[in-house]
Amino acid sequence: MALRGDWMYENNGGTCVAIAGIDYCVVAADTRLSVGYNILTRDHSKICSLADKVVLASSGFQGDIRALHKNLAARHLLYQHQHNKQMSCPAMGQLLSNTLYYKRFFPYYAFNVLGGLDNEGKGCVFTYDAVGSYERVGYSAQGSGSSLIMPVLDNQLKSPSPLLLPARDAVTPLSETEAVDLVKDVFASATERDIYTGDKLEIVVINASGIKREYLELRKD
Amino acid sequence: MLLLLFRLSFLSFFPSLSLSQHFAPTGTKPHQRISVSLNFKQRKQREEKRRMMMKLDTSGLESFSAAVPSAMAAAEDQLFAPPSFDLPAGCADFDKFQMEAKQTLKHAKGTTTLAFIFNQGVIVAADSRASMGGYISSQSVKKIIEINPYMLGTMAGGAADCQFWHRNLGIKCRLHELANKRRISVTGASKLLANILYSYRGMGLSIGTMIAGWDEKGPGLYYVDSEGGRLKGNRFSVGSGSPYAYGVLDNGYRPDMTVDEAHELARRAIYHATFRDGASGGVVSVYHVGPNGWKKLSGDDVSELHYKYYPVQPTPVEHEMVDAPPA
Repeated sequence: MALRGDWMYENNGGTCVAIAGIDYCVVAADTRLSVGYNILTRDHSKICSLADKVVLASSGFQGDIRALHKNLAARHLLYQHQHNKQMSCPAMGQLLSNTLYYKRFFPYYAFNVLGGLDNEGKGCVFTYDAVGSYERVGYSAQGSGSSLIMPVLDNQLKSPSPLLLPARDAVTPLSETEAVDLVKDVFASATERDIYTGDKLEIVVINASGIKREYLELRKD
Repeated sequence: MLLLLFRLSFLSFFPSLSLSQHFAPTGTKPHQRISVSLNFKQRKQREEKRRMMMKLDTSGLESFSAAVPSAMAAAEDQLFAPPSFDLPAGCADFDKFQMEAKQTLKHAKGTTTLAFIFNQGVIVAADSRASMGGYISSQSVKKIIEINPYMLGTMAGGAADCQFWHRNLGIKCRLHELANKRRISVTGASKLLANILYSYRGMGLSIGTMIAGWDEKGPGLYYVDSEGGRLKGNRFSVGSGSPYAYGVLDNGYRPDMTVDEAHELARRAIYHATFRDGASGGVVSVYHVGPNGWKKLSGDDVSELHYKYYPVQPTPVEHEMVDAPPA
């Protein structure tokens, strides 16, 4: 794929998922890095912890993803120095959207899912396309296994649209452990049918008491 | 990348840069722009002198190998040739690469939006589906963007393009309010957006938007697109489902409708478009812009609307199928 003279991107595969709950947020990604049919490593993290309450998971081209994560981490540091506080998840959401759009004509090949807690402590997930269009949702999957995982999440977690009027309550009623179990199941299924997903699953849970990390072994074939 | 960033900032954040700085003739020094009244002959003499001073003496720059016999010259050409390297991959035709890159990362498009003016103001309606190729990436996209409390913009085409430039337009409208101590008109706001999009013409932005609002002149509706077009009108529909929406809208439109009638017309028009167009669906949102600003009238799931408009008729059956008794 990288051999074509005029093509500057590469797809390193991988899948990211995030689920927002009442007072927690689960962000998960597999740890396989591939190029074409080769697996380069089984131990590559796609998740970046940007702030106390903000975690970003991205799949796509790892070169661009590294650059993007570095960029955002630096911008967050500047924000902390200027405002003497951590960035909130909605603020980081807007920053990521603008960062992606500023490279509208030479995009970051990164499919992002931002998870965290908003200013009221409720779970908050933002989902992006490659050029910065974003939306706050209750759950999202991005990456090579996203079309395998999203229907399952829709089935289990689908809530009334925020656009409906009169508004209907849209919070995911699952508890934290149930959400983590759902994520594990969903990745196990995606690993069965997507060659770019597998090896190991990294699960990050953000709640009022901080950020917790957990690993689960997936199929390595 | 830096060049592109510069270009972006250059075009959008410095609109008042005077053009004369670009097209000044080369060679004129700033102080010479001070006008001095001279007669024609003196002016010509001055110009001659200036041109003479400009001629550089390049004898010292001639290549050393020109004075040497040709056998040596070949070897020396290699030694003294300017350093060269293979252009990195992708640089041969950067424009083509850019175009392909934008095509590959298929951003969301395919939609139905509409807006029309009637005696009581402006009605704006849209669906909420975003598709990436054949995959539905979201069923809950906000396609009616609230620029400020009395102006709305609709989104069709590239979702990121619409979101970013509408937000930028909102910022510009607010700056206008602060600078001029009064709200910007719908004409002005649509012109601001159209000028920005015109300057990016041909670069692949995909935006088909309607700016609807209520200003001192009453209700206003403009259609603005990424080709640089800007049209004033009374009825517009934009997107892949617009032909279907136009059919219903044009049929039922009367300028003297009540707000409720206009609301129902808009909702039906979008519903019919979502029924026949695969790229439209989700939730129909309808807004009304009146003299006091906009107000959201309704948000209805289109599949529920379907059964509301066309309830299931019980049909006579020969054999009735019964569920198997639970084991």
